[in-house]
Amino acid sequence: MVLDDPAARDAQARDDAPWQHDKSKDELEHIGKPIRKIDARSKVSGLTQFADDLTMPRMLHMKLLRSTKAHAEIAHIDTSKAEALDGVKGILTGKDMPTPFGILPVSQDEHALCPDQVRFVGDPVVAIAATEEEIAWDACRLVEVDYRELRTIGGVHEAADNDEPRLHDYGVRGNIHRLENLEFGDMADGFDRADHTREDTFFFEGNTHLPMEQHASLAHFDKDGKLTIWSSTQTPHYLHRALARVLHPLPANRIRVIACPNGGGFGGKSDPFNHEICAAKMSMLTGRPVKVALTREEVFWCHRGRHPVLMRSKIGVSKTGKITALDFHSFLDGGAYGSYGTASTFYTGALQTVTYAVENYHFRGARFFTNKAPCGPKRGHGTVQPRFALEVQLDKVACDLGIDPAKMRLDNLAPRESVTANYLRIGSMGLGACIEKVVEGSGWNERRGKKEMTADGRIRGLGIACSSYLSGAGLPIYWNGMPHSGVQLQLDRSGLCTLFCGSTDIGQGSDSVLGWIVGEVLGINPLDIKVVTSDTDLTPVDLGSYSSRVTVMTGNAAMQAAERAREIIAKGVSKKIDVPASRLVFAEGRVFDAENPETTMTFMEAVGIAEAKMGTIGTVGSYTPPKTAAKFRGGGVGPSPSYSYSATVVEVEVDPDTGIYSVPKVWMAHDIGRALNAAIAMGQIEGSIYMGLGEAMMEEMAYRDRSHKGQRVFLHKIPSMLEYKSPSALEMPDCTTYVIEDPDKNGPFGAKEVGQGPLLPIMPAVANAVFDAVGVRVDENPISFEKVFAALEAKKNGKDARFGPAPDASGIPSVDFGESLKIKTPWQGGDGTASNDPHRTKKAKK
Amino acid sequence: MTEPNKVLATFQVNGEPHEVAFLPHKTLLEVLREEMTMTGTKHGCELGECGACTVQVEGTPVLSCLVLAVDAVGKEIRTVEGLACGSDLAPLQDCMANLGGAQCGYCTPGVLMAADALLKDNARPSRDDIKEALAGNLCRCTGYLKIFEAIELAAARMRGEDAEPSKESIYGS
Repeated sequence: MVLDDPAARDAQARDDAPWQHDKSKDELEHIGKPIRKIDARSKVSGLTQFADDLTMPRMLHMKLLRSTKAHAEIAHIDTSKAEALDGVKGILTGKDMPTPFGILPVSQDEHALCPDQVRFVGDPVVAIAATEEEIAWDACRLVEVDYRELRTIGGVHEAADNDEPRLHDYGVRGNIHRLENLEFGDMADGFDRADHTREDTFFFEGNTHLPMEQHASLAHFDKDGKLTIWSSTQTPHYLHRALARVLHPLPANRIRVIACPNGGGFGGKSDPFNHEICAAKMSMLTGRPVKVALTREEVFWCHRGRHPVLMRSKIGVSKTGKITALDFHSFLDGGAYGSYGTASTFYTGALQTVTYAVENYHFRGARFFTNKAPCGPKRGHGTVQPRFALEVQLDKVACDLGIDPAKMRLDNLAPRESVTANYLRIGSMGLGACIEKVVEGSGWNERRGKKEMTADGRIRGLGIACSSYLSGAGLPIYWNGMPHSGVQLQLDRSGLCTLFCGSTDIGQGSDSVLGWIVGEVLGINPLDIKVVTSDTDLTPVDLGSYSSRVTVMTGNAAMQAAERAREIIAKGVSKKIDVPASRLVFAEGRVFDAENPETTMTFMEAVGIAEAKMGTIGTVGSYTPPKTAAKFRGGGVGPSPSYSYSATVVEVEVDPDTGIYSVPKVWMAHDIGRALNAAIAMGQIEGSIYMGLGEAMMEEMAYRDRSHKGQRVFLHKIPSMLEYKSPSALEMPDCTTYVIEDPDKNGPFGAKEVGQGPLLPIMPAVANAVFDAVGVRVDENPISFEKVFAALEAKKNGKDARFGPAPDASGIPSVDFGESLKIKTPWQGGDGTASNDPHRTKKAKK
Repeated sequence: MTEPNKVLATFQVNGEPHEVAFLPHKTLLEVLREEMTMTGTKHGCELGECGACTVQVEGTPVLSCLVLAVDAVGKEIRTVEGLACGSDLAPLQDCMANLGGAQCGYCTPGVLMAADALLKDNARPSRDDIKEALAGNLCRCTGYLKIFEAIELAAARMRGEDAEPSKESIYGS
C-alpha cells in the first residue's frame, strides 16, 4: 500500500524539512526536559491578563439583545425607548453591518446582527453600549422587536423531510447544507471478499467546549483612524479578515487584532464572533473604547461545538478480522449557520482509514441546517463521532468472531510511511506500541471478560479503543499559496532574543513550545527568550490555534528562523576567531569550538560580534505543509503533515441493577512523535482523558422542544454550568499515561500532535467497557446511566441488549446522495483524482 | 430609574486597607475586580457554579460572586495577589507553575485559594482530601491530576521535606 518510495521520500523530506527528527534524546539540551512554561509564574500569580481583565479610560460596556424566537422574520425593531435611557451611548442593528461573514469562504452566512431573519434562540439582533454594563442590560430590555414567526426545523430527520422554509438560500437544496459522496476502491469486491459483515447505527449527541473563561473583547477605534481589538480568540488572523470584510471600507492594514491569552478554547473561540465585530463597529460609532463580556448563558448560545451526528456503518471483515470494506454514512445536525461545518462534514469521513488499513472505503456525509445554536469544531473536530462508531463497531465485530479486540486492532494497523485509500499520507505510526502499552499496563489479557465483582456488588469491565488525529490541517481554510505559519526573530548585543509569531496560547503552552525550540537551536535558556505572539500588527501571520497545528507548523517556522540566526552568528564568530562555522557548537548559553572547547564565549558576546560584522540581526522562518496526495474534490480535508496515535483501556464498575457506573482507572498511551516537554504533553493527554470522560458520561448540548403560542422554541436544555454537568475533581479517575515517541520527519525534533487525539478513544472505550462488564451495548453517546439501565432492562426482558437509534435503515434520514465520486485507491493504480468529476475535468480542460 | 446611593467602606485585602465607594448590590467579586482593579480573581459564571472566583474570607474559601461586598467589610480578605511574598512565589504557586498545574490559568487563582485554605488546616492531605477540597473548582484543561500532584508536592515541601515530583508525573509511565 505504499504509493511512493519511502527512501526517496526520506531524502526529499530531509531537503525540504531539516527538522532534526533523527536526533537522539541525549543530544538535546532543552527538548524533552520538564521545563516550566514561560508564562507559568504569571498564571499562578493571577497576573495573566485575559480579555475581560482589560479596561481603558472612558470605556463603554456593550450588551447584545438576542432572539427569543427559534426561527422568525424581523418585521420591525423599535429602539426609541432604549435610546432615551440615560447613559446609553450607541445602538447598532443589522442594517449597520450589512455584509455577511463566516469562517469559511464557502459559508459567509452570518451577520454581526441579524438584519431580517433570526435562526435560533440566541441569535443577536441589537447591540447597545452604555456607560455602565447594567444600563446596557436595561436598555436591551426596552427594545421592542416585532417577529413574524416561521416554522422551525428541529433536527436531521425534519430537515431532510422539509425543504421549506429554508434557513438559508444557499446549500445543496432545502435545508441540506452539504452532501458528500466519496468512494475509494471497489466496494462490491470488498464486501464479496468479506467473511463477515455487520451494519450498525450510532448517535453521538452534541456537546460544548465549556471553557472556563467566557468570551470577551475590548475594541478601540482611535482618533488616528486605527482600530485595535483585544479578544479571547484562538484565531486572530481569521478575526482580522472578518473585521476587514464587515467594516469595509476600513482597510485591513488599519485593523489590529490582539488575541489575549485564552482562558480555555477547545475550538470554542475559533470562529469570528458577532460580539467581536459589534464591539469594533460600536467603538467606531461612539469614538470610545467598547468592552463586551459574555455571560455564561451567552457562551452556550454562541456554541459552535460538537455536532450531533447520526451514523450508519457497514463493515466487512475476513475470518481473522481484517477489514475488507467500510461503508460509512454520517448525518450532521449543523444548527443555524455554516461555521466550520463543511470541514466538519468531511472530517466525519476522513480519519477512519488512518488507524486501520481500510482497503475499500465509501463515505457519505450530509449536514443540515436546523434552528439551534450553530455547531462547529470542538477538540477532535468532526472525527470524534465517527471514531465512537468505528471503535464500538470493531468491538462488536471482534465479539462476533471471538477475537480479542486488542489483537484485532493490532492486526489491522495502517502501515507506517503509507498512503491510505483516501490519499492521506501517514508518516511515523506508533499505534502498535500504544496498544501494547495499555494492554500490558491494564492487565488486559488476564482481566478482560472476567466480570470481577467489587465488594459492593458492582461488576468490573475493561474496554479498549484507539484513535488518530491531525498535526494541523494540510490546507488553509481559504485558498492561498502563502505560508501557514511565520516566525520572526530579533537578536541584539544584550543577548536578547525576541520571537514574534502570530500563534495564540490557549493554555496548551504554544508560547512555551516556541521558546523551547529556539532555545534548543541557539543553545540558550528558553526562559530567557521573549515570546511575543498573536498581535496582527507585530507578529507574522499564523493561521491560528486550531486542528493541533501549532507545535508542528509554528514550531517548524521557529526552527527555521532560529537556524538562520545561528548561521549568521556562527559566520560572525567564525571570522572573528578563525574557526570554521561548521565547527561551532551552540549550547549552555555559550558558543564553543567543537574541537577545542576552551575556545568559547558567551552567547551575548557571540551576538555582539555578529552584530558588529554583519549589522542588525533579524531572521524569519515560515512553514507550509507538504503537498497533499489527494486531488479529488473534498480531498482537502484530512491531509496533515503527520498523524498522532492514541490507545486507551478504560476500566468501569457497573451496578447491574441500576446501570450506574464509575470509571476508577484509565490507561492511555499516546504517540506524540517526540515530546518537546513530557510533563506539559502529559497535561494535554490527561486533559483529553478528562474531557473525553465528560463527553462519555454526562455532557450533552441537548434542547428542549417547547411550544409557545403555537410555535416551537428550541431552548437549550441546560445553559448553565451547574446543569451542564462536567466532571469535577471527585470524578477524575486514576490515570496511567504513557508518552510514546515515534519521531516524524515532518515535525520539529520529530514532534506530532497531542492536544486533541487522546480525547477520541475515551468514549468508545467506555461503551466497550460497559459491554465487557454487563453485556449491553450503548450505541449512543453520552453513555449515560439511564441508557445503560434501559439496555439492561431490554436484556432482562429478552429484547436486544442495546440502547441506541433504530438499528436498521429506518433510523437514518432518507437522503439522495447522488452519484459518488469514484476514486481509485493507490493500490489500484490511482493518482488521487476522481474518474467521474465533471467539475474538475472541466477545469483541467480549460 | 433612581440610582441607589453608593456606600463608602474600607476593605482589608491581603493585609492592606482599600477604601472604595460602590453600589450596595455589588458582589465582592465585582468590587475586587472593578473597583480595586484586582483582576487576579476570575469569573466563570457569576452564579456560584464554577469556583473560578474563590477567595478567602477570614481564612475560609468562599465564592466571591455569591458574597455581597457589604458583607465582607471589616473582614480579612485574601486573594491570589496575596499569596506570593514579594518576588518569591509561595510553595503552592511554585509547584503549580513547575508541574504544569496551570494550563490556561483561568481557574488557577480559585484553585490556589481553595488549596491554600486546605493546606492551612491539613498539612498532610490525602488525595481524597484534596479532591474534596477542590470539588467546587472546575478546571477544563488539566484533568486535575497535575493540580493534585502540585498540591501534594507543595504540602511535602511546606512540611520541610526535601520532596521531588515522581518520575511518572513528569515523563509518564
